[in-house]
Amino acid sequence: MIQALALLLGSQLAGEAVVRFLGLPVPGPVIGLVLLLGLLFVRPATANFLKPVTDVILKNLSLLFVPAAVGIIQHLGLLGEYGLQILLALTVSTIVAMAVSALVFVGLSRLMKRRGGAEKSAP
Amino acid sequence: MTTSVFDIWVYLSARPLLWLTATLIAYVIADAIAEHFNRPAILNPVPMAAGALIIILSVSGTPFSTYFEGAQFIHFLLGPATVALAVPLFQHIGPVRRNLLPMAGALVAGSLTAIMTAMGVAWALSLPLPVIISIAPKSVTTPIAMGIAETLGGIPTLAAVLVILTGILGATLVTPLLNLLRIKDYAARGFAVGIAAHGIGTARAFQVNEMAGAFAGIAMGLNGALTAFLLPLLLWLVL
Repeated sequence: MIQALALLLGSQLAGEAVVRFLGLPVPGPVIGLVLLLGLLFVRPATANFLKPVTDVILKNLSLLFVPAAVGIIQHLGLLGEYGLQILLALTVSTIVAMAVSALVFVGLSRLMKRRGGAEKSAP
Repeated sequence: MTTSVFDIWVYLSARPLLWLTATLIAYVIADAIAEHFNRPAILNPVPMAAGALIIILSVSGTPFSTYFEGAQFIHFLLGPATVALAVPLFQHIGPVRRNLLPMAGALVAGSLTAIMTAMGVAWALSLPLPVIISIAPKSVTTPIAMGIAETLGGIPTLAAVLVILTGILGATLVTPLLNLLRIKDYAARGFAVGIAAHGIGTARAFQVNEMAGAFAGIAMGLNGALTAFLLPLLLWLVL
């Protein structure tokens, strides 16, 4: 477990360093993710000791957002007189964006399967 | 002289230990409630735990800064958790490779839809321009959204609040919405919630299905990058 944590934090640290060094416009942990993914391709066995720890973290990812969610009390005043309109905009947009994303994904996936099937059935 | 309960409270309420523990307990209870009812989307542990903590902080008159001295240890784990996404991504790399085209299409369509519908509704309801700009990046993770809002003339702290609210909305609405649309593919479901509702949506996806979580994680990352690139361009076109 400690090895896994050291590797996760080490990847993040390396990611932060790369971001600072190259002046990249992405968060350090995202580069850390890419670096760790690269390592996993080179040494797939690494996944075996990482998995138990990453499973626990990712199954409880919701916990990590609780402090930030509590933080919104500081700024709820910002919503002020526009609270209702803002909430309406967020709700409509979130529903439509999820529906469009999922439908486009499924549509393109079906299109690919149909084409793949057609190619296979061709003589 | 004996120490009163009040003295103990005064001592403990200023220590990181109390609020760290309170956050964990609030989450454990919220998660147990969600689990008990078979994890319906409506019982999301994030708003349940945060709501309880907000009430406790307000009643006890505890400033957020005191709370965060304890909660920061949990907040800090968001970094390593992002890195941890590499493992499910690696293990589901087969489905990811097979779905590159659907992912690209859904990313562009979903990202544009999220930005344009949010701004469109906000504009139609005649909200002021800085608010409209702060709503635009609501579907991407907080640091990126705050950065975008700041550069484009929005209000960064408002953007951060809207990001969290969007995450909670997305995580709560995803299951009933996609059931209604009869979308059964976990890759598509995860990808959609990752685009629209970033990390909080991804957290929900991981609680339902690991492959959905892997796709949500990819969508969250890609949409963050795409929104940072697209939004200035769109604003330049619209305004």
